[in-house]
Amino acid sequence: MTTDPDRLGHWGAYGGRFVPEALMAALDELDAGYRKAFADESFRAELDRMLVEYAGVPSPLYEAERLSDQLGVRVLLKREDLNHTGAHKIRNVLGQALLAKRLGKPRIIAETGAGQHGVASATAAAYLGLECTVYMGAEDVRRQALNVARMKILGAEVVPVAAGSQTLKDSINEALRDWVSTVDTTHYLIGTVAGPHPYPVLVRELVAGIGREARQQCLDRYGRLPDAVSACVGGGSNAIGAFHAFVDDAEVALHGFEAGGDGIETGRHGATLAAGSVGVLHGARTYIMQDEDGQIVESHSISAGLDYPSVGPEHAWLKDIGRVRYEAVTDTEAMDAFQRLCRSEGIIPALESSHAVAGAIKLAPELRAEHGEDATVLVCLSGRGDKDMETAARYFGLTDDQA
Amino acid sequence: MSVSGALEKTRADGRSALVGYYPAGFPTVEGSITAVNTMIDAGCDIIEIGLPYSDPVMDGAAIQRAAATALAAGTRTRDVLRVVEAVSGRGVPILIMTYWNPVEKYGVDSFARDLAAAGCAGLITPDLIPEEADDWLSASDDHGLDRIFLVAPSSTAERISRTVDVTRGFVYAQSIMGVTGVRDTTSGAAPDLVTRTRRATDLPIGVGLGVRSREQAAEVAEYADAVIVGSALISCLLENPDESSGLNALRGLTAELAAGVGR
Repeated sequence: MTTDPDRLGHWGAYGGRFVPEALMAALDELDAGYRKAFADESFRAELDRMLVEYAGVPSPLYEAERLSDQLGVRVLLKREDLNHTGAHKIRNVLGQALLAKRLGKPRIIAETGAGQHGVASATAAAYLGLECTVYMGAEDVRRQALNVARMKILGAEVVPVAAGSQTLKDSINEALRDWVSTVDTTHYLIGTVAGPHPYPVLVRELVAGIGREARQQCLDRYGRLPDAVSACVGGGSNAIGAFHAFVDDAEVALHGFEAGGDGIETGRHGATLAAGSVGVLHGARTYIMQDEDGQIVESHSISAGLDYPSVGPEHAWLKDIGRVRYEAVTDTEAMDAFQRLCRSEGIIPALESSHAVAGAIKLAPELRAEHGEDATVLVCLSGRGDKDMETAARYFGLTDDQA
Repeated sequence: MSVSGALEKTRADGRSALVGYYPAGFPTVEGSITAVNTMIDAGCDIIEIGLPYSDPVMDGAAIQRAAATALAAGTRTRDVLRVVEAVSGRGVPILIMTYWNPVEKYGVDSFARDLAAAGCAGLITPDLIPEEADDWLSASDDHGLDRIFLVAPSSTAERISRTVDVTRGFVYAQSIMGVTGVRDTTSGAAPDLVTRTRRATDLPIGVGLGVRSREQAAEVAEYADAVIVGSALISCLLENPDESSGLNALRGLTAELAAGVGR
C-alpha cells in the first residue's frame, strides 16, 4: 500500500498546508529542493557518510534478555539512545541541515521543548557551519538549564518565548513568526513529523532508517520479523521512523504509545490520538487537543518530549485506517518501565522511550497468548535518559534533600 | 452593507478606505463593542473583528496580548458573533478575521450561516490558502459572504492569480514579510506587490501590517484601495491606564488615520 501523501501533502483528510501565504514560496522551494536532493546520489552519499561517521548509525539491535525472561516474550531494543546527541533526532537534523546548505540558507531556526531537538540542531549547525537560533518556552528554559548551556556552548542563540503557555507549542509559534520574516536566508528545521507539507513526509524519509535497519537486523539475526513494534508518540517522529518499513508487513502489529500523563480521565495528558479530536494546528489538519471552541488546550506529561497537543498527520491517517493502534501510557506506568529497564538491563532510557517500554510490558501477555514462546516485540528506544535524571531523581526520591 | 459597496463609495469619493482591526473580547466583550463603535464614529470605512485565538502565529506582540486578555476573560466564539451583531447595521461592513481552527471546530457551514445571520460581510482567513479552502468556498457562496485571502511579497504570479480568482470583497496584500504590527519603512515590497496584484485582478486591494500614523496611512493610500490598521489601534487601549483614556486615544488615532487616507 502507498503511504505517500498527495501532491499537497494529504493523507486522506489529514496534513496539507494551513499556513500564511507568505510561507508558501518557501514550502514549495523546500518541497522541490528535498525531492531533487534525495534523487541526487551525491547528496545521499554525503548524508549517509555523516550518519555513519558522525552520528553512529546504524544503531544496534539489542535483545534485552533479562526483561524478555521476566515478560515471557522476546524484547528487542532498537538502540537509538546510542546515537550522537543521544536520540533518533540526529538523523533528522543532519538531513535537514545538509538540505539547508544545499538550498543556500546560511541560518537554521528550531523549536524545542526540553531541549533535545534544540541541542541536536545546534550540533548540526556547528558541524555544518550554519547559524542557529533555538526558540524555547521561557518555562522550559528555566527547567532545562543544562540543555540551554549545551546549546549555547555549541554556538546557538537560545531565545526564551514568554508568550502563551511558554512551552513547546508556543516555541513553534515563535519559530514560525521568525520564519515569516527571514525566509530568504533561513531554513526552519522542524523537529518532528508535524507542520505543513512537506515537513511530515520529509522528516519521515529522514528518520525511516530506524525501522529499515531494525527490520533487516531482525531478519538477519532471527530469520523473521517481530510480531509487534512499540514506539512512543509525541509529535511522532521516532514512531513513524520505526513503523514506516513495517507498514506493508501485515503480520507485524504496530503500536503507538502516547503520554497518558495523570490519566486520560483527569484531562491532564498528551494523548492526542487516543483522546483528542480533529483540527488544525501548526500548519496541518490532524488530531489535536482543543476545547469546544477550537482553542488549543495545554498538554501534560512527565516527559517533555511527549508534552505536545498535536501529532503528525500521517499518524492520524494510520489511526483512522486501523494500521496502527494508539493507546495512552500514564506517567506512573512510564516511570515503572523506566526503573525496570534500568535495573534489568543497565540501560537508562529517556522518559519518552520509557512509554514505549511500558507499552511493550502491557502488550506482552496478549503477544505471548497469540504467538507462544517465540513472541517477539521490537521497541524503539528512541533516546537515552541522562537528560531526565533530575526528573527521575525527584520522582523516586533520590535527591539529597529527600534522602 | 457589503465590502464592495463600501469600497465603490470610497473609490467614487476619490480616496482610499480605512479598515480598522479590533479583537472581540478585549478588554471585555462589552468593551470591544464600545471600541468598535468608537472606530466607526471616528471614520473607519470597514471593520475587521478579530476572533481571539490561543495560537496566533501571524500576529505580533500587541494583538497577541489583546487576544490572550480576551481569552483569559472567557471570550467564546459566540461572543464574537454577538459583537458583530451589535456593531453591524451602521452602514459600515463588518468582517471577521480568524485563524482557521475555530471555524472548523464550529463547523464551516454553520459558522457561515451564523455569520450571515449576525450581519457579518465575510471572513479574512490568514492561515487558509485557496488550495485548502473547498468547504469555505462553498459555504461562503451558499450564505453570500465575502472571502478575503492574502497575497504576500513572496507570492509568485501564478499564486497571486490563483488567490485572486477565489477572492471576493478585496485582496489583502500583506505588505511586508513579517508579523502584524512590525513596520519596515525601507521596504519597497508593498507598492510592488500591489502592482503585481493589479495585473491579475480588478478587485480592490487592501494593504496591511505596520501602519501607525496619518503620514504612513497617506503614503499607503497613494497606491492601495484600502489601508488596514490593527496593532496601532489596539495599542491605544493596551498602553493607556484606563478604558476611557484608551478610547479617547483610539478616537484620536482613528480620526488621524481617516484624514491620512483622504477623508
